[in-house]
Amino acid sequence: MHSQNRMGRTLYDKLWDSHVVHADADGAALLYIDRHLVHEVTSPQAFEGLKLAGRKPWRMSSVVATADHNTPTTGWERGIAGIEDPTSRLQVETLDANMKEHRAKAYFPFLDKRQGIVHVIGPEQGATLPGMTVVCGDSHTSTHGAFGCLAHGIGTSEVEHVLATQCLVAKKMKNMRVLVEGALGRGVTAKDVALAVIGRVGTAGGTGCAIEFAGSAIRGLSLEGRMTLCNMAIEAGARAGMVAVDDTTIQYLKGRPFSPAGPEWEQALITWRMLRSDPDAKFDREVRLGAQDIAPQVTWGTSPEMVLPVEASVPDPDQEKDPTRREGMERALAYMGLKPRTPIQDIRLDKVFIGSCTNSRIEDLRAAAAVAKGRKVAANVRLAMVVPGSGLVKAQAEKEGLDKVFRASGFEWREPGCSMCLAMNADRLEPGERCASTSNRNFEGRQGTGGRTHLVSPAMAAAAAIAGHFVDVRSWR
Amino acid sequence: MEKFTVLNGLVAPLDRANVDTDAVIPKQFLTSIKRTGYGENLFDAWRYLDAGRPGMDNAKRPLNPDFVLNQPRYKGAEILLARKNFGCGSSREHAPWALQQYGFKCLIAPSFADIFYENCFKNGLLPVVLTQAEVDGLFYDSALPGFRLVVDLERQTVSTTDGSKRHRFEVDPSRRHSLLNGLDEIGATLRHADKIRAFEARRRDQFPWLFR
Repeated sequence: MHSQNRMGRTLYDKLWDSHVVHADADGAALLYIDRHLVHEVTSPQAFEGLKLAGRKPWRMSSVVATADHNTPTTGWERGIAGIEDPTSRLQVETLDANMKEHRAKAYFPFLDKRQGIVHVIGPEQGATLPGMTVVCGDSHTSTHGAFGCLAHGIGTSEVEHVLATQCLVAKKMKNMRVLVEGALGRGVTAKDVALAVIGRVGTAGGTGCAIEFAGSAIRGLSLEGRMTLCNMAIEAGARAGMVAVDDTTIQYLKGRPFSPAGPEWEQALITWRMLRSDPDAKFDREVRLGAQDIAPQVTWGTSPEMVLPVEASVPDPDQEKDPTRREGMERALAYMGLKPRTPIQDIRLDKVFIGSCTNSRIEDLRAAAAVAKGRKVAANVRLAMVVPGSGLVKAQAEKEGLDKVFRASGFEWREPGCSMCLAMNADRLEPGERCASTSNRNFEGRQGTGGRTHLVSPAMAAAAAIAGHFVDVRSWR
Repeated sequence: MEKFTVLNGLVAPLDRANVDTDAVIPKQFLTSIKRTGYGENLFDAWRYLDAGRPGMDNAKRPLNPDFVLNQPRYKGAEILLARKNFGCGSSREHAPWALQQYGFKCLIAPSFADIFYENCFKNGLLPVVLTQAEVDGLFYDSALPGFRLVVDLERQTVSTTDGSKRHRFEVDPSRRHSLLNGLDEIGATLRHADKIRAFEARRRDQFPWLFR
């Protein structure tokens, strides 16, 4: 029964309230952390800090760890020596050493068949569960909000703080809701919804907010799609994105290695089903989009907000009145090597990257393979690569024969990892190279110094690889 | 953590919106397992004309003369004046480390990205939010050679050295207190260890599957 004397609460309000250990008068709270995901790049200084202060981790059973950012996507038969850069290798070995010293709930080291991108393996293992607080020293931790979690990225000092205290010093964010009603058109995916939202609100549109994605179009998304959407909440400035729990969530979790089982599963379902906003919950901000209005999206600039529908043309800075924005557009066009008013579909590509914590799950690979099947990568595309999000995604794709489809089309089929999303390993763009990428950031130099990134969905990336330039995947036959 | 009380510092203006942490410290420098050694690669792709890699002798690399921090007048700057949404993107704490190790002690902008803002406080680097109009005014003033500002955290003000301008800024009392005193946040949290243990025990009883 609805309580008379209590305002309706949002999903975020509920998650927040259920994790506050202590609150100060000024609103700063200690928030209990259920799951701490750890990777090699942002954890070594935290473990070192603990050691220097003579402290021990509070609860290592909350930690799930993997090496993903530095790991190579080829040459795994060479073992650790396959990480050619010695500082990268040391970073991976440091994580190995820290995990040997402090036993985590689970550690999937480099070369393990369950290794992969931290935001792919957490959900895959059932290590991300509804109602949890999930943190990781990685901004794309927002991904896990797809399960009705409060999940967000933290810095390395906070990684140390969570290791030492199992808590985060936090301040409550504002509630923002993004409502997408209706049915998405054929060839339009969660990635396009994410980019359309960012195009609407801007990269700072969600600053200070936790975003709940809601509406019939969101309920119609698979968990993979919801993860893609929540993953990019940070690109809209919001540390956390989330989606209410429903049957789709529960179906996804049933039978996962770390999901509860037996009587605990039944017990869990009772609490999980409450993880949604009350009908009378108040949001500080609301943005509405019609699903049918969303076309496949392509970014043209150096910020994810610089995005347009595939049928559009590169904008003209002369039409922009705000001087800071105009200068930003001019700088972006110069960096991207694009002329104003060029049709998006006339932009030719040098490389194509299908992968990253945004779009490397089985559904993404299926969508890309369906487009590529029976066709060849265009001659002007020097490299088209598919990097599965985890060893298990790779195995599943191979079971379905997707690797053969990709290889027959001229795509390279690689080992799992973050790869060319941020190019910390050997996979990167050369200066001036232009890439259609299913990743999340088109910042200057993100995929390699001087590299030019266009963000798209997996189906759009595959179609671009085949055509050699962007095409509207809705007209793909 | 380093204390922050009052700073009288030279101001360098960085006139770009949405400066992301990939730009502040590019990914090839994140392979280090240390907390130090990032200052020379701050804004690497903008600051140098060649492609930067870890282990290079940065003193021998060609500087980009057009990049603002390479202008002699901004040598020794301790305050970075920036545009909106500074520090967006990756959560890498290497970004505030690089800014601090370069010599910055305070950043002023109309807005900061959330994770970056938090990371600054953890390191004693003060991010100050002023209004768009106030920041515009300071960008105008920064054309004056040797332009300095006085940032007083106790009073929560940013003033010109001649006192002609004085802007008040907001900061959470708890963050302000930690910074003024250079507190160890983990130590402060562990004072609530009993409360954390009690909370944890209750949660374990209620949701045992979260603790398997």
